[in-house]
Amino acid sequence: MSVIAPKFKLSEFIKSLLDNVFWIILILVLIGIPAVMMILFVIEMPVINGELLTPFLALTWIADPSRILPVVKAFMATDIFRVMAFPGFGFAALLAAGTIFVERKMLAKLQLRVGPFYCGKFEGILQLMGDGLKLISKEIIIPAKADKPIFWAAPVLFVATAAAFVAFIPVAPGWVVADVEMGLLGVFAVIGFFPIITILSAWSANSKFPFIGGIRALFQMVSFEIPLILSLLGVVMLTGSLNLSEIAASQSSFPWIVFLPVGAIVFFITMLAELERIPFDLPEAESEIVAGWLTELSGMMYGLVQLGTYLKLYAFAGLFVVLFLGGWNGPMVVPPFPVELLEKGIEMGPITAGPFPGLPLFTQEMLNGTLWFVLKTVAVIFFILLPRGVFPRIRVDMLLSLGWTKLIGLAFVNIFIALGLLYAGVLGPGGLQ
Amino acid sequence: MTFTLPPGLALQKVDERIMTLNVGPQHPGSGHMRIIVQIDGDYIVACDPDPGYVHRGEEKMAEYRNYITNIPHLERPVIHDSCNVLYPYVLGAEELLGIEVPERAKYVRVIASELNRCIYIMYWLAIYGIFLGHSTMFMWPAGDRELLIDLMEKMTGARVTHAHFVPGGVRNDLPPNFEDVCLRQVNYFEKRIKEYAAVFYDNPILIARTRDTGVLSRQDAIRYGTTGSVLRASGVDYDLRIKEPYDVYDELDVHTNVMNEGDSYARSRIPWLDMMESCNIIRQALQKMPKSGSVRTKLKPNPKGKGLDSVYKRVESGRGSLGCYIVSDGKTEPYRVKLSVPSFRNLIALPNLLKGEKLGNMPSVYWSLNYWPVEADR
Repeated sequence: MSVIAPKFKLSEFIKSLLDNVFWIILILVLIGIPAVMMILFVIEMPVINGELLTPFLALTWIADPSRILPVVKAFMATDIFRVMAFPGFGFAALLAAGTIFVERKMLAKLQLRVGPFYCGKFEGILQLMGDGLKLISKEIIIPAKADKPIFWAAPVLFVATAAAFVAFIPVAPGWVVADVEMGLLGVFAVIGFFPIITILSAWSANSKFPFIGGIRALFQMVSFEIPLILSLLGVVMLTGSLNLSEIAASQSSFPWIVFLPVGAIVFFITMLAELERIPFDLPEAESEIVAGWLTELSGMMYGLVQLGTYLKLYAFAGLFVVLFLGGWNGPMVVPPFPVELLEKGIEMGPITAGPFPGLPLFTQEMLNGTLWFVLKTVAVIFFILLPRGVFPRIRVDMLLSLGWTKLIGLAFVNIFIALGLLYAGVLGPGGLQ
Repeated sequence: MTFTLPPGLALQKVDERIMTLNVGPQHPGSGHMRIIVQIDGDYIVACDPDPGYVHRGEEKMAEYRNYITNIPHLERPVIHDSCNVLYPYVLGAEELLGIEVPERAKYVRVIASELNRCIYIMYWLAIYGIFLGHSTMFMWPAGDRELLIDLMEKMTGARVTHAHFVPGGVRNDLPPNFEDVCLRQVNYFEKRIKEYAAVFYDNPILIARTRDTGVLSRQDAIRYGTTGSVLRASGVDYDLRIKEPYDVYDELDVHTNVMNEGDSYARSRIPWLDMMESCNIIRQALQKMPKSGSVRTKLKPNPKGKGLDSVYKRVESGRGSLGCYIVSDGKTEPYRVKLSVPSFRNLIALPNLLKGEKLGNMPSVYWSLNYWPVEADR
């Protein structure tokens, strides 16, 4: 790569800086301030020093930065923040983007090549952004004989379903989008929705290769749902709860994988099949059926399906962590919040910033829980990605015989282990927990 | 006025359950060819290979060029195996023009042709890996191939299309210090391909997928006229390097690898074993080669062939026996050049192997036949 640099001119440089400043200010004025205003109108305003914080008063944070803290706290308590940013979509999409980057670099190292390298200053870290821009800018081509409304709707539904799956995963104590009592049943319902979307997309494309791929995906997902559900029954028996937050909280002393390794292995294998990862990527087997049910998708429709796939991957890894690896539980490694910051503030020579009475935005438990959850999830994702470099693809008949004979049998073995532990009194009421 | 269509053009009445798939020519699972596959559910009921998309008229072109200028274009059918494709033509032209080849040139030719066989098989293996969805087996051979390509570049000056063999020897002598570099690289290469066993050939999923699929019995392999690795995987011990030794193969100790299963696993394992055998041959040839001497008998410009005469020579290429039939009428150009290629012979077995197989076995059976679409079309 050789770029011929133009001759440096100071006047041009200053002009370009001023240009950038102009555009930043313009965008801030036109978009940023109205957006802040709208958020301030929506959320419930806190009362500071006896006076209600109006939107105009809120802008006084320019004079006193600590005045913004209650507003931020109030915003973080809203459902918008939970759905869009932290335990919900934004957090999951960030992890998914990291997953794609790590997958490409790790696979490249395994296969003695370099992987993404040029895009971005460091090791091709902006390659994903480039790919996304390319997908957005591409033309979307719809087959002439396709059933257009369903064909359009399927990728959007796919992402929506994956995002709904993400909503069930508890990241830290109290930090979950949908804290429902029947959480695990909800997860099963969402997982059961994926084959329907797949076959809708495949059928509506009205083309042969997507049709075969869709039928394969249907086979695979439907026949692996049964061992998937059965392998989780052991955990449900031992905890006596379907609420994912309670299941995670019940593993404060040891994770369930210690007692139910068989269930964990069965769940991991079915997870690979549900995610259509190698060696179970039959619905996208390129040497047989081009790209399977994704063949006719183009441009951002394909991009949406990929986004949904990686969201689903994060959600499955998170589910594995919550059910078998103890969720957010782990030794406390995050240091406590310095108390003097609340009372005295920071002394910087002659100036004293603060004190900040509303400062600890996140509690110590929440930060620690998130840290452990992310570490465990990343480890599980690593093991999901690893078979791609090692195994060839398996065949439909091998897949079905694996699902219907071996995995279901092992799932029942796991259930008997759980029952034995329960009746022997090792675990459950009166036992270790 | 009514007329009936000939049987080939008439619309076929087919069962509604049966779906016709056009695998190729724009499909990641075919080469430059089309396989028309009819499937009933997941089972293939009929298969019709349809080559001919890359026909370039190499044989006709050979009638308008003289014996020397034919060399660069006659190696095009398989550029990854270019020395072996050119070998029978060069042997035939030498007989027609009546030239003797120096001893050192014969050894150089053997080394070049064995290196080229390895380069071809590595490329073939890379595609076999990606056809089975094993991306590591695509990247590793494609990377390790560079070792031998660098050697060929040192020897001939070109990475892929060498045009190195000429009637009367080879174009250039070996560069200084080539023997040491070659020995070192070949030893490392052999060590490296032995590692493929752990990741690919002993992989339980690969064995379960390819064992007992597309079984070609010994009788059928002979009856269809298959050659090379396909024939040897079905239990027929047939290698032209031993049966009809050309150049100096009779002075070297050559072994063949034979397996009796005849399934696509055996067909994919034989080329890998052949590469190790090639490494042995290269080491022997480097040892026995005369250390100095001419490598080319000079021809006079525009050589003329002997009067009305014809010659048929064949060699063992990366895919099997490759023959070249040259007819001379005493002019500077050959009257007719006919390549008898192994790819086309191996393709004949494909419809019978795929019938009754599952669709998922199609890529592995198809590519295990050691078929190169461009060579079949010439």
